[in-house]
Amino acid sequence: MSERETGGETAGVAEAPVVLEMRGVTKTFGPVRANDDISITLHRGEILGLLGENGAGKSTLMKILYGLYSPDSGSVFVDGEEVRIRDPKDAVSLGIGMVHQHFTLIPPLTVAENIVLGAEPRKGASLDMEKAIKSTEELCERYGLRVNPRSRVADLSVGEQQRVEILKTLYREARILILDEPTAVLTPQETEDLFSVLDELVSDGLSIILITHKLGELLGVSDEITIIRDGKVVDTVKTAGTSEGDLARLMVGREVLLRVEKEPAKGGGEVRLAAENLVVRSNTGAVAAGGVDLAVCAGEILGIAGVDGNGQMELAEALAGVRPAESGAVYIDGRDVTRLGADARQELGLAYVPEDRGTKGLVQDFTLSENNALKTYDEPPFSKWGWIFPKAMRRSAAENLRAYDVRPANPDARAGSLSGGNQQKAILARELSGDPGVIIAAQPTRGVDVGAIEFIHRQLIKQRAEGKAILLISLELEEVRSLSDRILVLYAGKIVGEVGPDATDEQLGLLMAGRGMEKSA
Amino acid sequence: MEDFLGSLGPLLASTIRFATPLVFAALGGLFSERSGVVNIGLEGLMLISAFTGVVGAWYSGNAFVGLGFGLAAGLIFALIHALMCITFEADQIISGTAIILLALGGTGFLMVEIFGSGGTSPRVPGFKEIPIPLLSDIPLFGPALFSQSLLVYLMYALIPITWFVVYRTPFGLRLRATGEVPEAVDTAGVSVTRMRYFGVALSGILAAFGGVYLSMGLLSAFSEGMTGGRGFIALAALIFGRWNPIGAAGAALLFGFAQAVTVRAPQDVVPNEFLQMIPYVLTIVALVAFAGRAVAPAAIGKPYRKE
Ligand SMILES: Nc1ncnc2c1ncn2[C@@H]1O[C@H](COP(=O)(O)OP(=O)(O)OP(=O)(O)O)[C@@H](O)[C@H]1O
Ligand SMILES: [Mg+2]
Repeated sequence: MSERETGGETAGVAEAPVVLEMRGVTKTFGPVRANDDISITLHRGEILGLLGENGAGKSTLMKILYGLYSPDSGSVFVDGEEVRIRDPKDAVSLGIGMVHQHFTLIPPLTVAENIVLGAEPRKGASLDMEKAIKSTEELCERYGLRVNPRSRVADLSVGEQQRVEILKTLYREARILILDEPTAVLTPQETEDLFSVLDELVSDGLSIILITHKLGELLGVSDEITIIRDGKVVDTVKTAGTSEGDLARLMVGREVLLRVEKEPAKGGGEVRLAAENLVVRSNTGAVAAGGVDLAVCAGEILGIAGVDGNGQMELAEALAGVRPAESGAVYIDGRDVTRLGADARQELGLAYVPEDRGTKGLVQDFTLSENNALKTYDEPPFSKWGWIFPKAMRRSAAENLRAYDVRPANPDARAGSLSGGNQQKAILARELSGDPGVIIAAQPTRGVDVGAIEFIHRQLIKQRAEGKAILLISLELEEVRSLSDRILVLYAGKIVGEVGPDATDEQLGLLMAGRGMEKSA
Repeated sequence: MEDFLGSLGPLLASTIRFATPLVFAALGGLFSERSGVVNIGLEGLMLISAFTGVVGAWYSGNAFVGLGFGLAAGLIFALIHALMCITFEADQIISGTAIILLALGGTGFLMVEIFGSGGTSPRVPGFKEIPIPLLSDIPLFGPALFSQSLLVYLMYALIPITWFVVYRTPFGLRLRATGEVPEAVDTAGVSVTRMRYFGVALSGILAAFGGVYLSMGLLSAFSEGMTGGRGFIALAALIFGRWNPIGAAGAALLFGFAQAVTVRAPQDVVPNEFLQMIPYVLTIVALVAFAGRAVAPAAIGKPYRKE
């Protein structure tokens, strides 16, 4: 530790030396000012939270720090010295490591191979695999990151893959670690594991920049929080003296309803979406959903709770018609649609918000206008007699984007250029605007900021009030509980119980762990 | 029975001979495709090197000088392919096709320019068979496997060497990674461009060995269009062998066997034309049967562009 500023060694952590400073960073993409004169400061052994709405510019700032984007102006200081970071190589040699929102791992290679890539231990001409495995094991041990160095990355869970990403940076001796929405894809248990790893890391002297939309998490682990809105720093606060409400207000610029308000369900609606003894296989051929029965009525939200990987994704896909059912049946408004594809089901009034927006929800290289017409391009007003009408597509897109507050609301923007949360809103805009009768929403608020969560929740409640039947699949217990009228718990591909929205954490937790009560209907 | 055993040795020997150019080209294709660049131009690279090899040997009177010419030509044209696909991000199939067309037209034209007439070139010194003492005395297998030319022995060695390079060296790890997720390679501080240039360059050199063996090992002269689709069969062997050196070599041997059968089968039983179809039919069958299940490198065919 530097002994220069030994003025007041009173408050331990807060006085830790500055390891990183970004000063006056500005970055524009065409007309968009993604970063506008942003300055942040990171102290040794601390966790700095970055908070901001979707599209506020957090990922952009971090990509600048990691050398993926070059800033228009501004400077970066590491350990008090000004540095130039032109590419990730520069960043790595300065001890900066980054775990991206989207992983950059190589699925067919092993964990150890992924970790040592580019900095391989050698024995003569060959790669010293034993040493690679040993170094990996040592790092795992030291920071409590559980993962088998010999496993193929393709066989790992998302949480494990993330650990591999962290190990990659540690293997390259990162002292500053950037984590961009690391918890968006994790289960609650995995999130807890991650945070205990982060604790280990900071107590070892690493410094961390953490981006997350989950206010509770930030309050739990960070030391300081910098809030960004529309590319500008709004404020930097000490975590100790703040609250969720304060943060939400700073971030959105107005009061945010952190709880959902909804009318009690009317009840008595007819069944609009139903599954009967539905059996679905996963990509690996294993039975993912083993005989699921469910029925969603008009005017209700049926929630599906469960730990990730218990068949939620496959179930949703089978209901939406993008994955074949092994056996059993699916009904929309009483009609057997088991043999119908996604397109036919959509024409019967089914909307589907897939859990993986990046690959299943949007075509990244298409414009927003094209994406908006993705499911209905073959119907008027978008086309007639085999001709497509781009003007009609753009007009409809512009309307939808404005209605769902997608930023930028530009129909000609490439979908891939939008921030994660805005991509999610663009999907919702497309799915909900067609006045569907049945909505399947898988993880509708993953990676979305609190303001937008509030907005999306309100949309779902509104659809419910209009008599739509909504199936909500979410890993966020809080979300399932606050929106649903009834909750089914999925465990190992089977429904192990049904509870009301007033079920306790303990009840749900037990069911989700597979220790359910007998289902007595 | 006597007769059958008697013909087995020669059949095996010609299997090896027919398989040799396929193995070279398939292993070449492996380096290129593992780095993420499709090299459909193998056919053209083989043809060009078969020709330049003969030209080199013709002028120098020395087979090794010819080989040097052939390798240089294979490398140069592979680098053109690399330049098109990697630096200029051109479509890899189109660039490969251009190389094939260039090879067909170019060699045809230069035949006339250099040797005065098209068709077949004059005989040049080639790679003679060099029986390996002791090994070549093994009954049945000895003469087939160990009474071959130097290039065949090189081919034997190349199979395990390629396997070792691809699966056991840092270079191989980076190569495989580049063909799967180039972004990951880039963020690991390794240049994707460099890896791909290496991969394509190696494919040029190996395909050149295959081409030179055709014109100076199998024969001792160049004849127009002599590759006869071998570059494509090598690509099929690569897919059939799931982009694995051992698998690809095995598949190449199988295709070589099919060709050997074609040549050695009694002509009067089945029309010759049908027999000549066998290798190609086998290729189609192999592709249909295995293509679905084969796992190609994920980033194959896609140019890599940094944001
Ligand atoms: N490559 C790009 N090209 C054009 N615009 C971009 C690009 N990357 C980001 N932007 C724009 O810059 C702004 C900031 O985006 P950024 O991804 O930094 O947001 P974010 O704060 O990380 O949001 P989220 O929480 O949704 O991930 C957005 O308006 C986005 O559309
Ligand atoms: Mg982001």
